[in-house]
Amino acid sequence: MALLHASPLRVGALSWLVPVRAGLVALAGLVLLLVLVAVDLSVGDFPIPVREVVATLLGGGDAGQRFVVMELRLPQTAVAAGVGAALGLAGALTQTLARNPLASPDILGITEGAALGAVAVVVASGASGYGGGLVAGRLQELGLPVAAFGGSVVTALVLYAFSWRRGLDMQRLVLVGIGLGAALAAATSYLLVNARIQDAASAQVWLSGSLTGRGWEHARPVLVALVVLTPVALLLVRSLNAMLLGDDAARGLGVRLQLTQLGCLVVAVGLTSVSVAAVGPLEFVAFVVPQVALRLTGGSRPPVLASMVAGGVLVVGADLVTRAVLPFALPAGIVTAAIGAPYLIWLLVRTNRGRTA
Amino acid sequence: MLGVLLLALAATALLSLALGSRALPLTTVVDVMLHDDGSEAATIVHALRVPRTVLALAVGVALGVAGALMQGQTRNPLADPGLLGVEAGASCAVVLAIYGLHVDDLAGYAWFALAGAGVAAAAVFAIGSTRGGPDPVTLVLAGAAVSALLGAVTQALVVRDAETLDAFRFWVVGSASGRSLSVFWEVAPFLASGLVLAALSTPGLNLLQLGDDVAASLGLSPWRQKALGVGAVMLLTGAATAACGPIAFVGLVVPHLARWLGGVDYRWLVPASGLLGGLLVTLADIAGRLVVRPAELQVGIVMALVGGPAFVLLVRRTRAVRI
Repeated sequence: MALLHASPLRVGALSWLVPVRAGLVALAGLVLLLVLVAVDLSVGDFPIPVREVVATLLGGGDAGQRFVVMELRLPQTAVAAGVGAALGLAGALTQTLARNPLASPDILGITEGAALGAVAVVVASGASGYGGGLVAGRLQELGLPVAAFGGSVVTALVLYAFSWRRGLDMQRLVLVGIGLGAALAAATSYLLVNARIQDAASAQVWLSGSLTGRGWEHARPVLVALVVLTPVALLLVRSLNAMLLGDDAARGLGVRLQLTQLGCLVVAVGLTSVSVAAVGPLEFVAFVVPQVALRLTGGSRPPVLASMVAGGVLVVGADLVTRAVLPFALPAGIVTAAIGAPYLIWLLVRTNRGRTA
Repeated sequence: MLGVLLLALAATALLSLALGSRALPLTTVVDVMLHDDGSEAATIVHALRVPRTVLALAVGVALGVAGALMQGQTRNPLADPGLLGVEAGASCAVVLAIYGLHVDDLAGYAWFALAGAGVAAAAVFAIGSTRGGPDPVTLVLAGAAVSALLGAVTQALVVRDAETLDAFRFWVVGSASGRSLSVFWEVAPFLASGLVLAALSTPGLNLLQLGDDVAASLGLSPWRQKALGVGAVMLLTGAATAACGPIAFVGLVVPHLARWLGGVDYRWLVPASGLLGGLLVTLADIAGRLVVRPAELQVGIVMALVGGPAFVLLVRRTRAVRI
């Protein structure tokens, strides 16, 4: 079993620690993710067999199938997979940095900042628009992602500015984040309580995190952010391992602490911001996915790659459930919680039994 | 120090009786409190201000004590009483009551909230327990998972039905106004038994900070300790949520404030958190009445809007607030 966890690989004078089990879990997850993506692309009002979906993706298929798969379904599935991976990675990084399973980007106030921005747009444009309902609708469509992104980035900057005091202390950062998040959430509820009920209802849908009708314009920022930021995260993994031993020990091992923390935070905030802008706050994903991945791989901190894959699986799975299984429309954020939470509970119960046996 | 807090609490309660959209002189307040003469001032004080002051105080004390216990039990300074699933359970039950049974009065919500809180907390405790007693990390994770699951049910109903949302959005921000004293008497037995359990479990908390194994070797039964502590948190938070709706932030922040004032000994921390909680919630309620007169801001909103930035400044100023 010990060999399965991580085994050293030696070539001449060089040696690496290969995390075998984490790698296997990530690989299995990737296969599952690909299967889910294929199924997700094939089901819908116009069902297409999985074999033809694959053919269409590779350049075959007739014009109708190409349109349905490439223009209608692929963007939404790409958003789902991308957002899941992004949130999984962001959660794994912040939980590792703070050495606390509760320290997901949700608790740092970043999602709350995005929510405030978006709800403000919904309420403001809704109130102005009896005559100009169409105009207000267009404004919402364009303004929502921008407002959400702006809200989360401004929150992150304020968070960083207020936590900085002769260096960055992760514990201070988390506490400041909680304070900020509470104030922002209160402002959001103030808007919701005083809004017209129609606006409050449509804001509520956004607040639950919805994947419906997402196109390439939503998918592109998420995918670009993943391509740019994932390598940065992978570069930082070595330093993260050392930092698990405590800040002082990490410094003694030659880790540049401030730089690593800043790097991880930039990656986490960037990924969270683009995700929230694309689909709204899928609150539970960044928190639960790293914990599930940790329990599957059995390491000492949430694994980076396995968390990304698990996040993709969870959100694509939720998209599949909303589109194919449920008889009525439900925002995907509700479904991610409804799938993720029981799974985490099951894992908790199972590990408990294992521990006492 | 506790005496100073107690005095401050009494003064705040008096202010809460006097201030509002129609301010009354303190002498009048004392007068009509002593004998109800049926005047307009007496009606205002007895029918409106006494119930909300009593509720704000009781809820604040309950949430403060619950927060300190929760952080001590889980050894996690980020733990909030809401993490045990209590607030999510109460919210879910209230939404179900509004949606399915068309309950529309606050006293009716309170029973559903209590029941929901109890069921959710029991589930969390069952999932989070091992045979050797609940493990803090597992307990917190179980709470978060159950909260998310119940939150999904709540969201699903609220998203699908605008009428439910319309009633629910006013409950969920947390408010002490518009309730009669009967709501307080409904939850009082739960509050009282919660406080008794809290008093029983507090002395062991300091030992528990050393870890379960060390605490056990020093003669503490971790299982008994946690059953008491978690029971207290459930009762206190459940009763508070039932009375006023979920008031975020109190249970999380007040213990940090108490640590900053007087150190980390739980024998000081638990009672001090209770008094500070009562103080803060009552002050927030007063502020909510005054800032947008004659309208009102709900106490939950004021609490977080003022408390959030204040907490940030506190964390910045001192090195005393430590995770």
